[in-house]
Amino acid sequence: MTDPYSDRGNKDRSITREAPAHLGDPVPPGGTASPVEGTTPFLIGRAMTGGYGSGADILHDCTIAVEPGEIAVIVGPNGAGKSTAMKAVFGMLNLRQGEVLLDGEDITGLSPQARVLKGMGFVPQTANIFTSLTVEENLEMGAFVRRDDFSGTMEQVYSLFPILREKRLQPAGELSGGQRQQVAVGRALMTEPKVLMLDEPTAGVSPIVMDELFDRIIEVSRTGIPILMVEQNARQALEIADKGYVLVQGSNAYTGTGRELLADPEVRKSFLGG
Amino acid sequence: MDALNALVVFANFVLIPATAYGAQLALGALGVTLIYGILRFSNFAHGDTMAFGTAVAILATWALQAAGIGLGPLPTALLALPVGILGAMALVLLTDRGVYRFYRAQRVKPVIFVIVSMGVMFVYNGLTRFVIGVDDQRFADGERFVISVREFREATGLAEGLALRTTQLLTVVVAIIAVALLFWFLNRTRTGKSMRAFSDNEDLALLSGINPERVVLVTWLIVAALAATAGVLYGLDKGFKPFVYFQLLLPIFAAAIVGGLGNPLGAIAGGFVIAFAEVTITYPLKRVLGYLLPESLEPDGLVQLLTTDYKFAVSFGILLVVLLFRPTGLFKGKAV
Repeated sequence: MTDPYSDRGNKDRSITREAPAHLGDPVPPGGTASPVEGTTPFLIGRAMTGGYGSGADILHDCTIAVEPGEIAVIVGPNGAGKSTAMKAVFGMLNLRQGEVLLDGEDITGLSPQARVLKGMGFVPQTANIFTSLTVEENLEMGAFVRRDDFSGTMEQVYSLFPILREKRLQPAGELSGGQRQQVAVGRALMTEPKVLMLDEPTAGVSPIVMDELFDRIIEVSRTGIPILMVEQNARQALEIADKGYVLVQGSNAYTGTGRELLADPEVRKSFLGG
Repeated sequence: MDALNALVVFANFVLIPATAYGAQLALGALGVTLIYGILRFSNFAHGDTMAFGTAVAILATWALQAAGIGLGPLPTALLALPVGILGAMALVLLTDRGVYRFYRAQRVKPVIFVIVSMGVMFVYNGLTRFVIGVDDQRFADGERFVISVREFREATGLAEGLALRTTQLLTVVVAIIAVALLFWFLNRTRTGKSMRAFSDNEDLALLSGINPERVVLVTWLIVAALAATAGVLYGLDKGFKPFVYFQLLLPIFAAAIVGGLGNPLGAIAGGFVIAFAEVTITYPLKRVLGYLLPESLEPDGLVQLLTTDYKFAVSFGILLVVLLFRPTGLFKGKAV
């Protein structure tokens, strides 16, 4: 056994509980943010290069930005590094080069938790709710860092997702896929984030539910919160996007407004099926 | 009349002792299940945490007795219990700082924690013997009976007597209070909810700003309080022997697993299932059946299915059956 802390003998669930699969390779806590000179986009991951652990680089000089009131969408083929790019912006990846700026501050050195305090809301793709807690408790946990009265925010979330008010005393794990995603987005909104990041919010839901979720996301964006979103359903996502990033092999392949990208024959041919 | 007598015998020898024992197991199993749910391993040192907490409480009891402070009809140990709890808390927190935190920082697999907790168990084992010695200790004082056999017979005129010991009643009352407090804490307070959230989804809890070290700290504090309470109640009821607490680990684990590891409600149910099974199967039912059955059917033997020496076999029999047919436990545990 070369690694003394390896997986050997770790499958007996009557003595141990499975450890969660970790979300990434987060920036360790303790870093600080510093103000930057000049005007910058509201949130930008600029020229990001990096990968997980000491592995090969997944992102190569990749830039993602979003401005207030906008929906920015990252699309691309499987394995293009879409989710990785978003994780890098959220600090779940140690960048080897590049920087992340939020609201005029360099936050490259901050841990994901510290970024939440700075106003980033993140909805992971999987395991994004507390299944054994009720819907209301999920929202309360979303607001854990807030010491003020958050009942107003909860009211806003309930009016945005009325079904959640109906089911607020049910364990979130008993809800349908679409409703779970609403809980997940609602949980992230409870900190009143300055920017909301969604990692494939429509993964695994039916087309009808997907349309409804997109409608809700547009509604959230109308409240003024910039949204950065990774999407598998490229066509629908680009239709609602103010800005689109097509990633190929961890680099920016095409960038433009959603409409431009949808009209671009190259993009259509390669990613949207003609 | 016969049916009543049968009921009284059954209550006296099975119902009351098993309820008290079940409450003690439930408190122990709650501690095990909390550690499993939040720190993700089965804590083999739990029995000896109970022993250490009890030993501290016994020393405090003796000090109080020497100072002439008592609780009248109630055992002085009740007054000493908070001291025992504090002792157990100090012990587990020191252990967490010195031992478990190192392994958390390495992000080791949970099975390593299990082995580490066995090491801790042996250290606690020795520590308890250093503190209070290897001998049996009796520290129960105050009124011995709430209802004694003679009083019961005189009051009811039945042939059979029923005794309710103060420690048995006290065990059940204290257990109910402890469990109510625990559930209130887990379901109603911000910290309690954050513990459940952490147990449910560690990564998301981190993203929500829940501090894992604080969750772990609070968990150890609660577990130490439960362990010391369970230990003192068990000691009051059955006398204190350091080795017995180590053995108690077996039915406690059985209770936690039967109920569904990681599920507090399951731990309580499991505690009572194990206790009732152990006591019923190891008690000679001849006298109960003698009252109930017609003379021709009266059993010749004792109708004792197993001697008390085999009581742990009962726990493990149940454990095996549950793991075979319902591996997540009676209440749904965390994917055993």
